[in-house]
Amino acid sequence: MGKVSVVPFGPQHPVLPEPIHLDLVLEDEKVIEAVPSIGFVHRGLESLIVKKDYNEMVYVAERTCGICSFGHGMGYVEAVEKIMNVEIPARARYLRTIWMELSRMHSHLLWLGLLADAFGYESLFYHCWRIREQVLDMIEESTGGRVIFSVNKVGGVMKDIDAQMLGRFVEKLGDVEEQICAIRKNFLGDRTVQMRLCGVGVLTKKQAHDLGCAGPFGRASGIATDMRIRGYGAYADLDFEPIIRTDGDSYARCACRIDELLQSIDLIRQAAAKIPAGDLSVPVKGNPDGEYFMRIEQPRGEAVYYVKGSGKPYLNRLRIRTPTFANLAGLCETLKGADYADVPILVLTIDPCISCTER
Amino acid sequence: MSTILNFTGTLLKNLVSKPVTKNYPEEPAVYPERSRGHIVIDVDQCISCGLCVRSCPPRCIKVDKNEGTWTINRFDCIACGYCASKCPKKCLSLVPGYQKPGRSKAAVTYKKSAEVMEAERKRAEEMAQRKAAAVKAAREKKAAAQTGGQAAGAAAQVQAAQAQAAAPVKAPSENQ
Ligand code: SF4
Ligand code: SF4
Repeated sequence: MGKVSVVPFGPQHPVLPEPIHLDLVLEDEKVIEAVPSIGFVHRGLESLIVKKDYNEMVYVAERTCGICSFGHGMGYVEAVEKIMNVEIPARARYLRTIWMELSRMHSHLLWLGLLADAFGYESLFYHCWRIREQVLDMIEESTGGRVIFSVNKVGGVMKDIDAQMLGRFVEKLGDVEEQICAIRKNFLGDRTVQMRLCGVGVLTKKQAHDLGCAGPFGRASGIATDMRIRGYGAYADLDFEPIIRTDGDSYARCACRIDELLQSIDLIRQAAAKIPAGDLSVPVKGNPDGEYFMRIEQPRGEAVYYVKGSGKPYLNRLRIRTPTFANLAGLCETLKGADYADVPILVLTIDPCISCTER
Repeated sequence: MSTILNFTGTLLKNLVSKPVTKNYPEEPAVYPERSRGHIVIDVDQCISCGLCVRSCPPRCIKVDKNEGTWTINRFDCIACGYCASKCPKKCLSLVPGYQKPGRSKAAVTYKKSAEVMEAERKRAEEMAQRKAAAVKAAREKKAAAQTGGQAAGAAAQVQAAQAQAAAPVKAPSENQ
């Protein structure tokens, strides 16, 4: 048995875009335990709910995260709409779905780039972000912001994507799809990539289930958890199956996310073909009275929004549970027994978003 | 089935194609029409109602009715556009073009033009006069009714007169 030593990892680390700190207990080159600590970027967003009225809060909720911001805004407004029994127009539901999928694409492409960077494939990293830029351009053109969309409001959406713009997007997504298929080969077919990812950080289905893993991290271990199946937004009208892999290693997580990119393009195509004409929003009167638990599928997994109001413009409580929070336990499990050199990749494979975990 | 060097094709293509990045700032950035860059105000249209102040999530707007000014701290503004959607006169709008960086979080103040201020002052004076006249008329009516001894009918009249007086009083405060 070798000597046991503790190596601190993060909160500032070259491969980590996010501030998480791990105490890695090492025995020679093997990690025997990882002790996480978070709390470096807590912003107290949830407590703002008592100071901002429920309409203003949409903009605060959106700023929970810089990558999956649209989903946070959407989860929050849908929860408020459910409390107030507001039925939003079908067009607004479709638009939200399209934006949600664009947001998933830009998040997954960002992650793929970071993963390529983590295993030392810099040119692939730049290439992924180059593809992502086209998605960002579409988002900017339709919403006016590149990462913060600010198009949701209680009762619907504020901006439209007209038929012409939508047609252009679908056409452009055809291009993007080709490029994604090309990098799919680079990621999944390349031997150097396989050597870094295959069999690294295996999490069995049972472990993933017991630890409550969410999103692509859980799906790569064979758990069919995808909140879109619940049919919020326009997902009920669209045809799709959760993408599942059973190997549970880093390679499976990467494959899951790449396939989800193609799935998102398909979903946008379906939505663009089915989107009905009509209003963008309905007028909303009164204040929310009651509580609701909204579950949506963010790029990183299931996010939960609990909203409680008591008939006043200022709500009583907002609670956001982000997918990374659920996946931290799984991460620590995969780190056990891993090589020290694989730690950066393993941390990345859960697609950590610590800032939104801490809200 | 694994290969090596399957990125080479893409790499070679990237080597000979034009860069995707722009030579900013020599080549200016192009923003789409909807880009939420910064808030502009048509200050002469503003009626200093303060709705934008109360709706702004980071509270970065200040309005001074007496001075006729509208102040925004652009470094605190998150370009959400909520103020623009709330403004009753639609004098706020979000336009492309981001805030330039600066050394301090300086606020910018917009002041209404002298003519608009003067016109507003005149309107306010007129309103005040009308209000005074209405109050006076109501008081006279009340006095007349009391001397007449018809208490019940007079009370109704006074109420009607007061309601009349109250209406124009409320309007200017909303309109300014
Ligand atoms: S809401 Fe519009 S009219 Fe009212 S103070 Fe603000 S800018 Fe002026
Ligand atoms: S855009 Fe948003 S943050 Fe900026 S002044 Fe208007 S309400 Fe405030």
